[in-house]
Amino acid sequence: MSSVTSPLSSPLPAASKTSRWRTPAGVLGLLSALLIALMLLSASSGALHIPLTELPGLLFSASGPDETLWRSVLIDVRLPRVLFAALAGAALALSGAAMQALFRNPLAEPGLIGISAGGALGAVGAIVLGGGSFLVLAPSAFVGSLVATVAAYHLGRRYPGMAGLLLAGVAINAICGALVGLFTYLADDNQLRSLTFWNMGSLAGASWPLLAGLAPWTLVVGALIARDWRAMNALLLGEREALHLGFPLKAVRRRLILLTALLVGPLVAATGAIGFVGLVVPHLVRLALGADHRWLLPTSVVAGAIALTLADWLARIAVIPAELPIGIVTSLVGGPFFLWLLAQRRH
Amino acid sequence: MLLAENLFIERQGKLVLDDVSLSLSAGEVVGVLGANGAGKSTLLAMLAGELAPQRGRVSVDGTPLDRLDNAHLARQRAVLPQSPSLSFNLGVCEVVAMGAYPFPELSTFDVEQLMIRALALADVSHLAGRRYPQLSGGEAQRVQFARVLVQVLAARQSRGGRFLLLDEPTASLDPKHQQALLACARQLARDERIGVLVILHDVNLAAAWCDRLALLAQGKLVGCGDPASVLTPATLAAVYGVEAEVIPHPRDSNRPLVLFN
Repeated sequence: MSSVTSPLSSPLPAASKTSRWRTPAGVLGLLSALLIALMLLSASSGALHIPLTELPGLLFSASGPDETLWRSVLIDVRLPRVLFAALAGAALALSGAAMQALFRNPLAEPGLIGISAGGALGAVGAIVLGGGSFLVLAPSAFVGSLVATVAAYHLGRRYPGMAGLLLAGVAINAICGALVGLFTYLADDNQLRSLTFWNMGSLAGASWPLLAGLAPWTLVVGALIARDWRAMNALLLGEREALHLGFPLKAVRRRLILLTALLVGPLVAATGAIGFVGLVVPHLVRLALGADHRWLLPTSVVAGAIALTLADWLARIAVIPAELPIGIVTSLVGGPFFLWLLAQRRH
Repeated sequence: MLLAENLFIERQGKLVLDDVSLSLSAGEVVGVLGANGAGKSTLLAMLAGELAPQRGRVSVDGTPLDRLDNAHLARQRAVLPQSPSLSFNLGVCEVVAMGAYPFPELSTFDVEQLMIRALALADVSHLAGRRYPQLSGGEAQRVQFARVLVQVLAARQSRGGRFLLLDEPTASLDPKHQQALLACARQLARDERIGVLVILHDVNLAAAWCDRLALLAQGKLVGCGDPASVLTPATLAAVYGVEAEVIPHPRDSNRPLVLFN
């Protein structure tokens, strides 16, 4: 080892075996282009078809009567919806990637530490006790997810490592589930209906005012999470190794848990339960690109946006003029796809 | 100098370390020997600043470790723990480059230079294009060794001493790579003035490459000094509980050769 073996002509062959599109930057670029194409496609389809070629012009002005109608549908209905889908997908995938690094487990997701269950409890409580207008429901769901997460963190931190957090999360999920069941039992028919729909997830609440609040929030919190990519990589090595590399483990852990709750909480409040994106998207990206968070995080963000934009598009065109709850679509399409992927890996 | 003074720690009524003192100076290789459960890894964790002693103190160049924050400490010492548990799909270069994380001021070029040097020193240059989960146990261990080499080599700018703490780094290596790793550690100690502490199980390997040996038995230091004076049938019986014979090495009469009966 003291003697230098062959001099390294190309020390960094990262992904050079395959074509240049398989480099992380290439994949990220391709996916970004795909996302934009999908968003345009999604914006053009629905009960009222808006020709794709007209879309760019319609963003700025409308001339004839057809165009005026198209423009108002596009600006008032479709655009906020499409942007909201992309934003929610991006945030869900990013939070999933962060949780998987934190737990050092590719099967982790934000729901593990009570974010979704707490949000559901808050929402269902608001529906049954508070009438269920969006103005009551959303804050209640957000507070529910935050309280559940903070409780899981505090109750679990006495145990070494992540085991305590995981156990506390399991218990809190069970308690929230039971209380949701209790509220369901108490609910009348109308409440039952809105409660069921909340549990299936929906992007129907999309609007410009909602986006104006959520988009900057999501960008800022998301950027704060992404800043910790080095710590996440070090965590993959092991908790002791991360400590030896100078990362204050407890502080990193507390920060990532809190930021994840702050990222996903408001989304869960606004959309209800949308499963599978946070779990599967980072997993897929890891299969394609490897686990280096420098690329895993931004690529998961774009891939998550693609996943939910696609799911929203399917949900809206599958049974025109009605629409499917998006949580059903993500699980119905994502589940079999994931199984197919697992079957491929066997060989 | 990394200095441990009168370390004492008790866990569940059992004395894990009892009044252990040890120093590690720049340029020397100190081997730690002891039976399973003798407290070797606990001692290493304390020297690494990962675990605080219940009594006693650890200091680096006169500053107690508990007064240094983690990020600062990582710029002065690198640690290779036992049995790495990385199962995620990372590339070998990505793993090795993590050694430079405590040094955000380094340019990509500097990191690459360090990485090329570390890969060669650990004899894993040929693995540079591979994915970590596909490596064999020994290869993975050498890649992790390259990672801590990057960290300790990058620490050149720091004002104080630099230290490398290795916990059974040769556990899954073949004989050739066991020798090579320790030769590399000693070369770095001499050339770069790094203080190296290494936990080993092979007594003769330790005698061949270490300047000093520290022998631990049931949490107590039963011997500390140059291999020839420390390795005696009496200390070996105390440490391992087996009979041993110590003869001069046929090739190098200054070095003891231990034969277990």
